[in-house]
Amino acid sequence: MWKVILRRVLIMIPEIILLSILVFLLAKMMPGDPFTGSINPRAGTAEIHHLMRINGLYDPWYQQYWNWIVHLFHGNLGQSYQYHESVANLIGQRAENTLWLSLFTMVLTYLIALPMGMYAGRHEGKLPDTIIRIYTYVTYCIPFFVILVVGLWIFGYVLNWFPTTGSISATASGFSGTILSRFYHMLLPGLLGALFSTVNIVQYLRSEVIDAKRSDYVKTARAKGVPEKAIYRHHIFRNSLLPIAAFGGYSITGLLNGSIFTESIFSYPGMGLLFVNSISYRDYTVITALVLLFGILNLLGTLLSDIILGIVDPRIRIK
Amino acid sequence: MSDQTLLNIKNLSTSFKIEGEFYEAISQINLQVKRDQILAIVGESGCGKSTLATTVMGLHDPAITKSTGQVVFEGQDLLKMNEVQYNKIRGAKIGMIFQDPLSALNPLKKIKDQITEVMDYHTQLTEKQKSERALELLQDVGIDNPQRTARQFPHELSGGMRQRVIIAIAIACKPDLLIADEPTTALDVTIQAQILDLIRKIQQENHSGVILITHDLGVVAQTADEVAVMYAGQIVEQGTVQQIFENPLHPYTRSLLRSVPQADSENDELYVIAGNVPSLQQMPKDGDRFAPRIPWVPSSAHEKHPTMHQLSAGHQVRCTCYQNFNFPVAPKGVRQ
Ligand SMILES: Nc1ncnc2c1ncn2[C@@H]1O[C@H](COP(=O)(O)OP(=O)(O)OP(=O)(O)O)[C@@H](O)[C@H]1O
Ligand SMILES: [Mg+2]
Repeated sequence: MWKVILRRVLIMIPEIILLSILVFLLAKMMPGDPFTGSINPRAGTAEIHHLMRINGLYDPWYQQYWNWIVHLFHGNLGQSYQYHESVANLIGQRAENTLWLSLFTMVLTYLIALPMGMYAGRHEGKLPDTIIRIYTYVTYCIPFFVILVVGLWIFGYVLNWFPTTGSISATASGFSGTILSRFYHMLLPGLLGALFSTVNIVQYLRSEVIDAKRSDYVKTARAKGVPEKAIYRHHIFRNSLLPIAAFGGYSITGLLNGSIFTESIFSYPGMGLLFVNSISYRDYTVITALVLLFGILNLLGTLLSDIILGIVDPRIRIK
Repeated sequence: MSDQTLLNIKNLSTSFKIEGEFYEAISQINLQVKRDQILAIVGESGCGKSTLATTVMGLHDPAITKSTGQVVFEGQDLLKMNEVQYNKIRGAKIGMIFQDPLSALNPLKKIKDQITEVMDYHTQLTEKQKSERALELLQDVGIDNPQRTARQFPHELSGGMRQRVIIAIAIACKPDLLIADEPTTALDVTIQAQILDLIRKIQQENHSGVILITHDLGVVAQTADEVAVMYAGQIVEQGTVQQIFENPLHPYTRSLLRSVPQADSENDELYVIAGNVPSLQQMPKDGDRFAPRIPWVPSSAHEKHPTMHQLSAGHQVRCTCYQNFNFPVAPKGVRQ
């Protein structure tokens, strides 16, 4: 097991190097520059060329890349052109917000998806199962941002139940006040995100439960005289939930991608919103740092899934 | 040998719901299983052998299955039992061995836990006693290193070992009746013989009754006391091993016997009757279900509603068409 993990981690190193080159080149290929219109709307071309030169943006790409990597290893992610602040600081503040929102969405997702999937699989073909299936199909067909926009409009603007922007209200004070306000701000985006991300898990779990229900080992358990309830608890649910455990790692990917939509629509100050803003400002240093971070987190998520699966499934655990 | 009847199946029929309608998979089965006896049920694939076994075990989904008749086990009709009552019988008084030893074990549970599970529901033993008994059982079914096997997962064992584990589970509570549904079909020949010997040995030690389902007549000759031959959901002939092998009457039984390759015959020809078991939806409603496979027999030879005819003590055959046949009697070389 440890050998497998070590090997997987070693494989990640060239993956990350490749990723970093790719990220860097893609960022460079984006049209536009970070200075036009940003310093002084009437700044002349000469001034912009000067800024480009002193920031090293006219150097050959491998030189720029190398500079970037060297700085990276010194913990220096560079300065944001837009915010005039160190990128590390900039991301650090946002990362915390994104982390909380993602964690909250994930917990909600599993709280909703697990009972739904197990119930639908167990009572396959009954009315609640049909309703759950219609829910999954409909949600699956609607693009995520539509869910967010419609949800925001109904619950935020029309019903006015939830705040529509930010991560905390300006008037919140004290320890519990701050926490409550943060929670209140996460509630709607978290619920809408969970609504969307439950779909895969519900469908997967439902079909796992149905498969397990018909499996020979369940027949063996019945022939042992094990009561129905215990068959579901000890055999069907247990065996169907194990592969779901591995989804935990993969869902990091989904949450990060989702945060780009959620945060921009809810103006929630996290990494997703920062990313979108940086793209429109051609803020290379921030973009590259964020994409690289997202990439590494994705790789870690996959690794985490594999490790979880290796721990819970004895068929994989062995070698 | 005592003559105590353990299981008495009377007029048992089971139907499955297919596309909204019920179709009979087994019809009007009458069978007795006694203590200290191995009853073999033989027949081609699809003739309803497993359906019979799983009906006795009550393993069908009641939403799509209907059974009529009686399955009297130790004086009680199993078909009238609710799940709670049935669960006291299954695993405790009737044990079942399945065909595919790979899929019949839970892939995510240790062997020990799969054996002790059956004791959880039928005994008052402590955890420690259950573990000890599990090791003892593994030893009994011929596993060399019980301690090691107990800690392993199914995928770490060979097919023969897995089937031994399944047998250990089936006999853990010393059931009076053991149902083995093609216990050796998935195994290679040398292992097959070992598993059959094991079943026979357990049956003798526990004085239990055994229903052995198979499509292999070699297995029947080697192991069974009584034989019931099934075709298209019905029993077509029934008798002791001697009666069936020495004096087979029904054309289906005869064709099965002749389809056994003979080691000592001069020609290597295999005798096989053409055709297949009809599917449930195509099952003829009336008349002899075997008639379409022996078209040269005039229809007047068949009964309109074929019944079982008693020919000698314990030897029964369905329909009168058997009288039209004059095969030479039992091929040589089949052990009895
Ligand atoms: N759950 C079910 N629903 C519908 N039809 C079924 C079901 N189980 C079995 N059948 C049908 O009933 C008939 C008898 O099947 P069964 O499995 O009892 O045969 P078998 O003699 O055990 O065959 P095999 O040697 O292949 O195991 C077959 O035509 C089969 O397709
Ligand atoms: Mg079968």
